Amino acid sequence: MNYQTNSYLLTWMIFTPAIGIGVILAALGLRARLNLAQRQIDQIARGVGFAATLMVGALSLVLWSRYDSGSSALQFVHHFVWMRSWNIEYFVGIDGLSVALVILTALTFIIAMIASVPWWGKIEDGHHPHFSKRRVSGYIILFLLLEMGVLGTFCAQDFFLFYVFWEVMLLPMYFLIGVWGAPPRVDEQGRVRGGPYAAIKFFLYTLAGSVLMLLAMIAVYYTSGPSTLVDGTKALHTFSIPALTQMAQAGLFAHAAPILGVDFVKIIFVALFLGFAVKVPMFPFHTWLPDAHVDAPTPISVILAGILLKTGGYGILRFDVQIFGGALAWAAGAIGALGVISILYGAFVCMAQKDLKKLIAYSSVSHMGFVLLGIAALTPQGMTGAMFQMISHGVVSAMLFLLVGVIYDRAHTRDIEGFGGLAAQMPEYTGLTGLAFMASLGLPGLAGFVGEILVFLGAFGAADTAFRGYVAVAALSVIVTAGYYLWTMHRMFLGELNKKWEGLWDMNWRERLALYPLAVLTIVLGFYPAPVFALVDTSLHSLLAALPRLVGG
Amino acid sequence: MELQTFNTLWLIPLFPLLGAAYAGLLGKRIHRRYGELAVSLPTVIMPWISFAVAVSAVVTLAQAGPEVALYNRLWTWIGVDWMQADMAFLVDRLSAVMILVVTFVGSLIHVYSLGYMKGDPGYWRFFAYLNLFMFSMLVLVLGDNFLLMFVGWEGVGLCSYLLISYYYRERDKAAAGMKAFIVNRVGDFGFTLGVFLLFWGLAAANSPSYNPSIQATTAAPVVKRASAKPDPAKLAEHVAFQASWGLAGAPCRSHQALGRASTLGGHAQGHHVEGHATTSLAFRHVERLLEDPVKREGLLSQNVLGLSLVTLVGLLLFLGATGKSAQIPLYVWLPDAMAGPTPVSALIHAATMVTAGVYMLSRLHFLMALTPVAMTVVATVGALTAFFAATIGLFQYDIKKVLAYSTVSQLGFMFVAVGSGAFWVAIFHLMTHAFFKACLFLGSGSVIMGCHHEQDMRLMGGLRKLMPVTAITYFISSAAIAGFPLFSGFFSKDEILWKAFDTGNVILPGGGFVLWLLAAVAALMTSFYMFRSYYMTFSGEYRGGHAHEAHGHDEAHGAHGHLPRESPKTMTIVLGILAALALAGGYVGLPHLWHLPNLFEHWLAPVFEGSAHTLKWAGYGHGLEWGLMITSILIAFAGFFAARWLYRDHRNPTPQKILDSDRRLVRGVHRWVFNKYYVDELYQKTVIQPTLVLSRALSIFDTGFIDAIVNLVGLIGRLFSMLQGWIDRTFIDGLVNLVGDTVMNAGRALRRVQTGRLQAYVYSLVAGSLLMVVAAWLMAA
Repeated sequence: MNYQTNSYLLTWMIFTPAIGIGVILAALGLRARLNLAQRQIDQIARGVGFAATLMVGALSLVLWSRYDSGSSALQFVHHFVWMRSWNIEYFVGIDGLSVALVILTALTFIIAMIASVPWWGKIEDGHHPHFSKRRVSGYIILFLLLEMGVLGTFCAQDFFLFYVFWEVMLLPMYFLIGVWGAPPRVDEQGRVRGGPYAAIKFFLYTLAGSVLMLLAMIAVYYTSGPSTLVDGTKALHTFSIPALTQMAQAGLFAHAAPILGVDFVKIIFVALFLGFAVKVPMFPFHTWLPDAHVDAPTPISVILAGILLKTGGYGILRFDVQIFGGALAWAAGAIGALGVISILYGAFVCMAQKDLKKLIAYSSVSHMGFVLLGIAALTPQGMTGAMFQMISHGVVSAMLFLLVGVIYDRAHTRDIEGFGGLAAQMPEYTGLTGLAFMASLGLPGLAGFVGEILVFLGAFGAADTAFRGYVAVAALSVIVTAGYYLWTMHRMFLGELNKKWEGLWDMNWRERLALYPLAVLTIVLGFYPAPVFALVDTSLHSLLAALPRLVGG
Repeated sequence: MELQTFNTLWLIPLFPLLGAAYAGLLGKRIHRRYGELAVSLPTVIMPWISFAVAVSAVVTLAQAGPEVALYNRLWTWIGVDWMQADMAFLVDRLSAVMILVVTFVGSLIHVYSLGYMKGDPGYWRFFAYLNLFMFSMLVLVLGDNFLLMFVGWEGVGLCSYLLISYYYRERDKAAAGMKAFIVNRVGDFGFTLGVFLLFWGLAAANSPSYNPSIQATTAAPVVKRASAKPDPAKLAEHVAFQASWGLAGAPCRSHQALGRASTLGGHAQGHHVEGHATTSLAFRHVERLLEDPVKREGLLSQNVLGLSLVTLVGLLLFLGATGKSAQIPLYVWLPDAMAGPTPVSALIHAATMVTAGVYMLSRLHFLMALTPVAMTVVATVGALTAFFAATIGLFQYDIKKVLAYSTVSQLGFMFVAVGSGAFWVAIFHLMTHAFFKACLFLGSGSVIMGCHHEQDMRLMGGLRKLMPVTAITYFISSAAIAGFPLFSGFFSKDEILWKAFDTGNVILPGGGFVLWLLAAVAALMTSFYMFRSYYMTFSGEYRGGHAHEAHGHDEAHGAHGHLPRESPKTMTIVLGILAALALAGGYVGLPHLWHLPNLFEHWLAPVFEGSAHTLKWAGYGHGLEWGLMITSILIAFAGFFAARWLYRDHRNPTPQKILDSDRRLVRGVHRWVFNKYYVDELYQKTVIQPTLVLSRALSIFDTGFIDAIVNLVGLIGRLFSMLQGWIDRTFIDGLVNLVGDTVMNAGRALRRVQTGRLQAYVYSLVAGSLLMVVAAWLMAA
């Protein structure tokens, strides 16, 4: 099928942040002429930031209302030839694999924007100005660039375009962590840690992954058969994802010449998978995550955990399953096992953490393991569970990182043992944290449960009965997760109030504004997850149904 | 089973939820502005409204005939492909009993709490949690499928956690809540795995193309995946396997059909819709499926790891039950749970939540009845728990701890009934236990409040005169739990003992006799320790003042300020009602030995009909039954008189003598039992510490190894680039410089040639020309 342009909605969504960037740059350029003070520039930047993210949010609602959940075809397609000499097209469109993530992205960026403005009260720690007051315009520009990159990644239907957006995501993140994150410090082992270290680690680690992706992309391009560009011209090769999928289903890649003696499909599958697995992150490629989180400013952690990790899961679905699913029979067991290891390993490591933010970061490793396990199960329940887990983890982990930010802004420490008895001092904060913890540990009736139970159920029914063992082992995390969350609750909030914290104050309105929507969503998704299922199910079904054809008879 | 739509069922859990939202979100402000009653009254009224709705539902149900269940479907909760779990509530005769008990006892305890919690700073919090608990418990018993039941199951666990940790400023009490939640999660692990296993076992049995090969793969070792080529056969088989279950393709059709079928209710169950096998997580669908002999065989013939799948499911579900219902090995949290306020102990840790496991297994009677092994384990564990908890109860001094161990023990009795196959008896005892144990706990609460938050029975005594209502109700309930004839506990407990003796559903040497013996001894101890607690608390002289004198507080408060007083009316009225039920609640289940109608058994019979034909009974005669009944009456009185002889008026020196005995055996046994067999310490050593050590080890591994590799790679990269830089500067750039230098030097040398002297140019010209001529000549030659 050849998709013709039928909507500019996605393009508008993707590039609305770019318009915002333009406005801020214009304001900076006209600064001298208009005689703007630094404060005014900052205010303009924040205003533009809100306008852009809210605009994207509004567009995402339009998208949701117009999305036809009964179809697994690409929708809202915008398609034209971009670089003719290389058959590269500008091709955006969404289906059930991406629509929910696009909506989640729009929401998360609004929440993160709210968390990016300074607020009244004591937030200085005396040494270092709060990130929300430093180089505001630069921050907002990078923030919007990041949103553009993420949206583009989810919408791109041309491999090359995908790769471009994938890299666009990377750069702003590097600066946002490095510049606005924690200042460099020397840890107890005498190593230099802090924002710059975390940023470069994140950058290089992800880049190493994307190099593999780049190589795979080039190999796929030269292996792909002839196709037709959107304007009707013939092309020898193609980057178009739907076209590649069709070729894969026709057995093209299954019968392609091996590389270095290894089946083409397998080697490409692995190369792509490694690139995405770093992002997920999957054990053992996860160690950049705790560092990046600990040193990132709160809203960036929110985006990192809420959205960026999902690009990994999305990539696996879009490329590894949709196009190179032929290798799944070979790889599913290993992916499932790695998912289980991530789940349990992350949970155990959580229990040993003393830094609250690090604990939450490792819990992400654990919870994203469910995504891998669910995908590898290759059952409808597993797939839907993995997708739902991405959405619910997006909501819940965003909430958790915001909550960490709340206490850090007040106490300037995240040492779990250093708190105690906060429930008496900050009841509202305690209640919200309790809710987020419960949602994260998979309490039925809250968002986390639905994804977990579906993944478990789905994996249990996988054709490969080894998955039953996987589930039995992974289900132990149910206990360990409850253990570390309740223990954290116990150490931070219960008991006598530590005298040191008598000056702490409860939530303010900016924090409420960011947290309550997520809290409500956590409960609503727990009791009424149907809207998410409606968005994703049809596409996931056709994805599964197409798997046998990918094997190539 | 016929479904009759009853669209107000959802209101039953809704009202307490509203109450919880009201008190939880607004309570603090309202408390400050309008006082306690503005918070508590609405939250106390909510359960009563639920009770009223529940009564109307049960009346409708009773009128509708034995095979009818009330059904109320709200929306599809989790529906993926052919698997579906609805937000749907169902009241059959079993859940009818449960909702009545829960809403009625719950409402009474709410009223009681008005008095008990008066003046507590966290008033709003308490009532919010209590209402939230009611909501969860009602979802648990009303849920029509496993997953919705699990919502309630975990919800009550959460509320239990919140309420045990209610006095969170005290670390120990907060820790008790944490322990309860985590131990329960161990049970949940079993429960969820049991559900998965059952679900997929059913799906396989339900598959139209069911064949034994599925079963063969079940026990197959992990398939090697080292083959060099992609394995199309494997994936194709995989997908075909799914397709045969209706997994792939035609995605929504079948589950919508199932939804339709279940909305219509009745007989058009959607197990074979449009050629696709669909499996629902609803209890009634599972039951219906297993009524089909072919499918039952299909399920029974499956094996996992050499064990029958059904047995494994039964055992895993029972593991879940041991968590919630505090049985061996997971009972350890319940005694600690007494850290919560006493009304909580009465409601959650005696009357309702802890019986969830009994309810769940009874709900799944059709499944349990298929697996004698699991039944045996349930009955044996129940009997052992009843026995061991009773021994611990003998030596406790904390009045609430006595009741806690007695609860564990009584729950053990219920599991004996379940394991014996007498499901209705388990539910019967569940109900009478709810009455008398709630009354006992609330009585102890009244005592504790009277004694200024003293819980040690050694510092009580003589309260009969000071708190007459509490004393009488406590005595009646003790008589009920001990099994005095004509008290409610007599009927239910005696029936359990009889059924345990008579059961043919367990595979134990000696049949049910072992069960009976353990339970009978436990009953003897029960009678003893309950009356021990009664006499220590209520008879003799009040001993509470001494401790305070010793602390020199007496002058400040005055001599009379310390004498306990009877509790307020809200509390004593509740005690009275519950005592009346403890006395008379058993008359609904009179033994047929007396040729009187057993209303309770009759009421529940349709529910348990499905398993009735699978269950076997030894069929002993009436003579033996009479004999056992008389034995249990003797047991009850024996315990009573022993306790009376030893503890009445606190005059008999024997207990003290035994405690002071120098015999090593006596001391050793006492210390062992008094310290609860050191089970907590055992778990600490074998489970908790290894877990913490493992987590720390993994954390060190994470930073010290995995991350170290990452940093090492980074370092190698840096060293390599430094090396490259050196090579670049020395060799590569050196070569470039060499070329440049050579040119420069050459130029510098050649500059000397350019002298400007004409003769030199002419000489060069001539020399050059000659050279060329010679060269040309040489070439030509």
